[in-house]
Amino acid sequence: MSGEHIDEVSDVSTTGHEWDGIKELNNPLPRWWVITFYVTIVWAIGYTIAYPAWPMLSSATRGVLVYSSRNDVKNELAAAEVAKGKYVAALQAKTVSEIAADDVLRGFAIAAGGAAFKVNCVQCHGSGAQGSKGFPNLNDDDWLWGGKAEQIQQTITHGIRFASDSDTRLSEMPAFGDIITPEQIRQVSAYVSSLSGAVGDQALVIPGANVFAENCAACHGDKAKGNTELGAPDLTDAIWLYGAGETAIAAQVRAPKQGVMPAWGGRLGEVTVKELAVYVHSLGGGE
Amino acid sequence: MRDKTQTEPPEAEAIDSPNTREPLYAPRKKVFPKRISGNFRSFKWLVMAISLAIYYLTPWLRWDRGPFAPDQAVLIDLANRRFYFFFIEIWPQEFYYVAGLLVMAGIGLFLITSTVGRAWCGYTCPQTVWVDLFLVVERAIEGDRNARIKLDAGSWTARKLVLRVSRHAIWLAIAAATGGAWIFYFADAPSLIDEVFAGTAAPVAYITIGVLTATTYTFGGLMREQVCTYMCPWPRIQAAMLDENSLTVTYNDWRGEPRSRHAKKALAAGQPVGDCVDCNACVAVCPMGIDIRDGQQLECITCALCIDACDGVMNKLGKERGLISYATLSDYNANMAAATAGGACSVNPSLVRTDGSAFSNRLAHFHVRKIFRPRTFVYMSAWSAVGLALLYSLLTRDRLEVNVLHDRNPQFVTLSDGSIRNGYTVKLLNMIPEPRTIVVTMQGLADAEMSVVGIDMPADRSLSVPVEPDRLKMLKIFVSQPAEQINAQAQTFKFRVEDKASFESDEYTATFNAPEIVR
Repeated sequence: MSGEHIDEVSDVSTTGHEWDGIKELNNPLPRWWVITFYVTIVWAIGYTIAYPAWPMLSSATRGVLVYSSRNDVKNELAAAEVAKGKYVAALQAKTVSEIAADDVLRGFAIAAGGAAFKVNCVQCHGSGAQGSKGFPNLNDDDWLWGGKAEQIQQTITHGIRFASDSDTRLSEMPAFGDIITPEQIRQVSAYVSSLSGAVGDQALVIPGANVFAENCAACHGDKAKGNTELGAPDLTDAIWLYGAGETAIAAQVRAPKQGVMPAWGGRLGEVTVKELAVYVHSLGGGE
Repeated sequence: MRDKTQTEPPEAEAIDSPNTREPLYAPRKKVFPKRISGNFRSFKWLVMAISLAIYYLTPWLRWDRGPFAPDQAVLIDLANRRFYFFFIEIWPQEFYYVAGLLVMAGIGLFLITSTVGRAWCGYTCPQTVWVDLFLVVERAIEGDRNARIKLDAGSWTARKLVLRVSRHAIWLAIAAATGGAWIFYFADAPSLIDEVFAGTAAPVAYITIGVLTATTYTFGGLMREQVCTYMCPWPRIQAAMLDENSLTVTYNDWRGEPRSRHAKKALAAGQPVGDCVDCNACVAVCPMGIDIRDGQQLECITCALCIDACDGVMNKLGKERGLISYATLSDYNANMAAATAGGACSVNPSLVRTDGSAFSNRLAHFHVRKIFRPRTFVYMSAWSAVGLALLYSLLTRDRLEVNVLHDRNPQFVTLSDGSIRNGYTVKLLNMIPEPRTIVVTMQGLADAEMSVVGIDMPADRSLSVPVEPDRLKMLKIFVSQPAEQINAQAQTFKFRVEDKASFESDEYTATFNAPEIVR
């Protein structure tokens, strides 16, 4: 090298690099900058020693602090369990009606039950518990098996028509297609439809009343008001699980569909079931 | 013939040898500002005392807000998400007041800078104030400029060690007190100070003290002027705020040049001589380590200490003060034009003086009128507009609010009697530190019924709810309407909340949704 290039204007040496006549000045860095730079290097080395960093064949170095975000989560969950402890103990000790009557416990149970609902129940009942055809809407005030908090708890614990639970809610409407004639089915469907205000063909409705009294009143009641003991729906209200109207009713009379709900008591445990019962009860239709 | 045993030396020199090697970094050139007294120094002492007093004492001021709220005048209660400032209490959703204050601070800075230059930098910036404080300690322990230079250059003796250790120890103590004062803004100061010394305060308190101690010590003690020169964006921004009518600390070379240390000799030789005697007093006092005579520069924080230094020298020499002064660029340019005969010659002091002594009355001087110009009016009106808007909003703001969230999933529910029900989450905000009983009433939808989860409703679609002081109360309200009364898919009605004692009220217009075909 024949020596340094000195920039004429600034009197500073250049790096010798030149682009289209523009040269790069070789100003030294400020000392604090350089020190900061070295500190970051030292910090980085220290960090890789203290924390998990270097990839190995199947895992990574664990670092002398043995830090793990999974452990953090585990600890936080454990702390949350401890924090919930006194509420959970109270829920354990009290009945669902007592829980629903207590401001603080109700708030806790609704929050916890809402979370459990999102995980376990929304698949059938929908994310807003609004249900769909064949799956009951839990917001309304129509209850097949009873809408008191205890009744809801019982339903959740043991399920409905759930074969492997001996205490399950059980009822089975016969397929009347094999029992009564198609004409009678038309008549009784017209009658049932008229109970909730629909104007039907009187030629069908009047004989339909007799068909109903002979075949249906045993479960659904003389006035067709249903029976929660048997899970027999109220046929006079505005809510139809399998659809309103004579055609839908006739289909259900001929070969009834019957929903199955699993028993959740064993799977979720008593406290979670209580939380779910209070939550469902709070959705607006609880009795 | 050449002797074959001798080789011709090639023309080469070591590229990398101790003599030619350049350092990888530029070491900081230490600045040893000299102590000076004068008008601006006195003013700076005053500003320093006031700003330090505000910083350290504010958390200890008390303000009675009754039994349900803290009695600390200024408190940022992060845990409960409340901010207290004397008679004002701010909830998180009212954070726009803080945003508004920051906007005002920004515009205020523009206003100040466009009139009196970088006054923020020179007088009130915490960096300036704390560096000043640290310099007081440094001078008290190690002496003034010359003593400090000598001590710094000297070898490490026991005396130097003692002085240095005590200086840094006091700096660290000040830094710790600075960090310590900060945390009192975030919790009840009297109880927190006991906890801090008992070791029972929250870890974040100690971390905050530690971080702020480190930054105060590093920035105020070790880095000093480098913070302003290298790290701070302010000098760059403020430079854009200055114009030809802004006051800046100016070396008036139209009367100072040609500077001479041997004025008499030069005068005797018939040469023109300016007022500057090149005594370097302005350089010695500068905390930024610059020479103001090089002109306006980014590093200058306009602390005006060079004005004090120069005025002292001018007094001794029996010359007019103000060789270095606050001046505007337009005045400076006018005077410079006069001194150089419009740029025709180099500075000639005789051109600005009449018969060799008193200043010519053609010279431009700063006049207060120059503060009032379109630019400052724009800043002033923007500042006032934001301030008045904030004030109006503060004086008329509601301390009782209702927020309503309409259930969207499901939007409506058909009940067994065919009526339609909608659900609403109603939040009552009691924003005063006193318990209140709030009456919630439903207005509109004449045939609709209202029910509340967990509360037995009276029949008249209205209920009284006790709300804790400074808290939010959430209600789950259901409204149901008979199918035959529903005449539209979406109907509106109102939730009205009222405090019967203070007559404060708020309303929310809610929507009642129904399915397309109601049976």
